[in-house]
Amino acid sequence: MPPIRTAPAPSAGAGEDGSVREMFYAEALNDALRIEMQRDPKVIVLGEDIAEHGGAFQVTAGLLAEFGPDRIRQTPISEIGLVGTAVGAALTGLRPVAELMYIDFSGLAMDQIVNQAAQNRFMFGGQARVPLVVRTQGGSGRGNAAQHSKSLEAWFTHVAGLKVVMPATPADAKGLLAAAIRDDDPVMFIEHKLLYRTKGPVPTGEHVVPLGKADVKREGTDVTIVTWSREVLFSLEAAAKLAEQGISAEVIDVRSLVPLDKDAILSSVRKTRRCLVVHEAIKRGGYGGEIAALVAEEAFDDLDAPPRRLAGLETPIPYAQPLELGVVPQVADIVNAARDLVNG
Amino acid sequence: MDKPTALNLYRVMRTIRRFEQRSTTLFGENKIWGTIHSYAGEEAIAAGVCEHLRDDDWITSTHRGHGHCIAKGADLGKMFAELLGRETGYCRGRGGSMHIADTSKGNLGANGIVGGGIPIATGAALTAKQLGTDQVAVSFFGDGAANQGTFHESLNIAAIWKLPVVYVCENNQYAESFPAKKAFAVEDIAIRAAGYGMPGVRVDGRDVATVYGAAGEAIARARKGEGPTLLVCESYRHEGHYYGDPRKYQPKEEIEGWKTTFDPLADARAWIVREKLGTQAELDAIDREIDDEMERAVAWAEAGPPASPLTAEEIYASN
Repeated sequence: MPPIRTAPAPSAGAGEDGSVREMFYAEALNDALRIEMQRDPKVIVLGEDIAEHGGAFQVTAGLLAEFGPDRIRQTPISEIGLVGTAVGAALTGLRPVAELMYIDFSGLAMDQIVNQAAQNRFMFGGQARVPLVVRTQGGSGRGNAAQHSKSLEAWFTHVAGLKVVMPATPADAKGLLAAAIRDDDPVMFIEHKLLYRTKGPVPTGEHVVPLGKADVKREGTDVTIVTWSREVLFSLEAAAKLAEQGISAEVIDVRSLVPLDKDAILSSVRKTRRCLVVHEAIKRGGYGGEIAALVAEEAFDDLDAPPRRLAGLETPIPYAQPLELGVVPQVADIVNAARDLVNG
Repeated sequence: MDKPTALNLYRVMRTIRRFEQRSTTLFGENKIWGTIHSYAGEEAIAAGVCEHLRDDDWITSTHRGHGHCIAKGADLGKMFAELLGRETGYCRGRGGSMHIADTSKGNLGANGIVGGGIPIATGAALTAKQLGTDQVAVSFFGDGAANQGTFHESLNIAAIWKLPVVYVCENNQYAESFPAKKAFAVEDIAIRAAGYGMPGVRVDGRDVATVYGAAGEAIARARKGEGPTLLVCESYRHEGHYYGDPRKYQPKEEIEGWKTTFDPLADARAWIVREKLGTQAELDAIDREIDDEMERAVAWAEAGPPASPLTAEEIYASN
């Protein structure tokens, strides 16, 4: 049975000094911000409650003391104001990281993300660059109910000009955030509220994971599970259980939805001949449909079964815990879906 | 005011007016695709404000953006080429009238979203402050945008951070078809500045000398690090919201009456002659130069190649 890889992905490597340290996901993000701010004075952070408070999820904790209020710019509760200000700053030479406390609030900032940041370069015939990162977090599982728990990544994947990144592990969180900050395009960097307190080995020092490279988090031969964000952890648990039942599942963490590592998905699916896409977001209109369609269009002849999606139910996220757990894929759901797919 | 400044203000205004007339002709000849929004009637504002700006100062503009673009120093041929969808246009035919930008002159773009440029100018001002330069950002927007959330959020952010930005509200009396007198419960939009803790100034936007004076104070204040200003310029849009607008929402008498009593270009001409800053003959000579330059620009634009095919690489800066 192939081992579950909890160590940094091969593409990640160790830190510049070769060492690795156990970190929480939130801590790894904080480390990336600190290192990028140290190496480039043009990197600034804007957002609500990010200064003394350290951010709603403590991702910016301690940065005010190190970099001061000019670079850790706490804003009023003005989502479109803060994101739009970051867009203008990005257009004129800074590399801002704007924090939207919950992805559910992105609707308030949507014009600046979609009509401005994403399209300026194209509309202006290539005259502009928008090196902007919008850090935000989504997902359910904390009793925050419908307005603080959604998984809205598909909205952003539908906009030409944006990149969309969703790290699942602390090492990837650090490496992908560094890459997003160094990238010259607007990146929606979507974290998950229940991953902040997960722990894993993270390379110390500078650590960059390129955007657009998927990571095979577990190798297998019978079915490919394509997934991202918190469902990667669930899928790895499911893969361990499936192994006990004699089913070898490969788990691909796409890490970045745009650009998408199509080759990694297709070559895995051609090997296992079965594809299950798992995500927390509502199935209807979800990005899983894009991946299932990709597999059907590009690898149909290599499949033993139609690609299958396992995703959130078509409902707002409910409050009560048993209800909330019931609307997004859990480990047992993934086990069942993968087994059904393999057993036909 | 000295004579060169006065004549340059006139030149910019007259160039804008002629550009709009020439664009309208091209539109009528079906050479322009999409839509255009004429700035005729509002020329004194762009001219009076941009006279104080350097090439490295930034502006954000609007869907009615030709005037700001010209006043900030744009090349007329590249502007026409963009309207004609040519590869030689400012945006290589990707943007059109509503998205002309000229980043080499600090023009961060026209904007198809009402109020979309206000936070962007605020962010440009943040860059200046952060990098410790004395650059200034100016956001042009209409009365309609003063009722968007971006206006309120941006003014507040600029005020608490004392950013070097000037918010220039061009009240042309109509937000598309909605008259300002119905869209605001206040007559003076500039009083809103008090709510954000910045100076609010309301001026006659048809009088270029007045705009020039008020903008000079606001821009100097921003450049000295004393913070933002809201400058409201009362104006009137000579044409409809867009080319071909039937203007059913405006009484005919108002359109005709206001066009003559509210013509900043004629006023500028009269003022220059009255103040002996120039003669009719000098102004006539400027007119002829502009007309010739305009025809050369149109000819250059029409001779340009069509927009090149799209490539996957052009959407992202790093692929």
